[in-house]
Amino acid sequence: MLAKRIIPCLDVKDGRTVKGVNFVDLRDAGDPVELAWNYSQQGADELVFLDITATVERRKTMVELVKAVARQINIPFTIGGGINEIADADALLNAGADKISINSAAVRNPALIDELARAFGVQFVVIAVDTRVIGDKNIVHLNGGRLPTEKQTLDWIIEAESRGAGEILLTSMDHDGTKGGFDNGLLKLVNDTVNIPVIASGGAGSVQHFVDVFQQTNVDAALAASVFHYGEILIPDLKSVLRENNIEVRV
Amino acid sequence: MIGIIRYGAGNIFSLTAALERLGIAYGMVNTEADFEQFDRYIIPGVGHAGAAMNKLEQTGLVPKIKSLNKPTLGICVGMQLLTSHSEEGDANLLNLFPIKTLKFTSDGSFKVPHTGWNQVFPEKENPLFENIPAGSHFYFVHSYFIEYDQLYTLSSTSYINKFSASIWHGNFYGVQFHPEKSGTYGETLLRNFSNI
Repeated sequence: MLAKRIIPCLDVKDGRTVKGVNFVDLRDAGDPVELAWNYSQQGADELVFLDITATVERRKTMVELVKAVARQINIPFTIGGGINEIADADALLNAGADKISINSAAVRNPALIDELARAFGVQFVVIAVDTRVIGDKNIVHLNGGRLPTEKQTLDWIIEAESRGAGEILLTSMDHDGTKGGFDNGLLKLVNDTVNIPVIASGGAGSVQHFVDVFQQTNVDAALAASVFHYGEILIPDLKSVLRENNIEVRV
Repeated sequence: MIGIIRYGAGNIFSLTAALERLGIAYGMVNTEADFEQFDRYIIPGVGHAGAAMNKLEQTGLVPKIKSLNKPTLGICVGMQLLTSHSEEGDANLLNLFPIKTLKFTSDGSFKVPHTGWNQVFPEKENPLFENIPAGSHFYFVHSYFIEYDQLYTLSSTSYINKFSASIWHGNFYGVQFHPEKSGTYGETLLRNFSNI
């Protein structure tokens, strides 16, 4: 059976791993390549790197990071952050990235999804969606959840799939950093609607939260950062509990 | 030493990185004369099978590839090229295996592409899978699959239907998954291939 994936997420700035609580107040959690290697040894199924470097040198630093990771890591990984055009994606593909994750650039220019899918195949294109509830609606947000858009989350995800997204990385900004569990209601709705893999993100605080998200929503993967970085959840322990709950995982 | 056949279909950084980590020597095959330098070959490939076949034909290497008698491993789309035909682009391929590459048809209960770690079960004894337990997980990303065939399927995986996770005929091998991204067992498979 196809295994449910466990994905540690590494936020990277200027070549170092950071993780914010609700994306503010960043803390340093180490060297990304060393951390990535450790996760691959522990049994992580995949890794996501979000580069939040904001300098003009960013493409060069991302390419160097991707090459360093691809040289040392034997599992797939996705790189995201500031990818705005085909040339960015091409450079990262050639450096060994398996997938790229696009967020703001796709919202601002949805045709970018079509272009990327045509150029590199749908399997290369992950659309990251940050969502926050306003009133009674889930609204797509940009800039780490600070900037609301006009788009309703489910509508945007359906559009992204139709344009060529190969996977959806859905982060609930209301849950992110709370350690109170994933947004299982929204995740189930999205997972039941689309026919591409969905990665749940935002809110992981305990092993039970992972059991809940897989059992209640049937998403393909669950992503978390700080619970892994600070050793609050160890991946082998997490996987053995998932297995005890009859959730298929890679041993 | 492994010769990687270059024809412009996809990047090979991850594959060469894996071979370097394992200490397996490799070089590039760009012309017919290059084949002589190597004792085995890998045909890589990602993307569209029909487009990949067009690129391969443009290199002029097709007759040479079909005549190879040293161990040759196709990976992902590189494996699909070994079959007779793909529904992707309705393309005729190398026909080293008289079986077809078909599109997954899902009623919506399965997602396509088949993405992630799935279990691989050997159907035959072969050194390619030495020291790899039955049911080990390998990393797949594909929308087209090679039909299951009693004669040619070396190992199988089930997703929507049972299909060929790997194929074997004489000196030709193919794997649908990505050994370079499949953790320790993927590395074991690459090492096994380097020793066949």
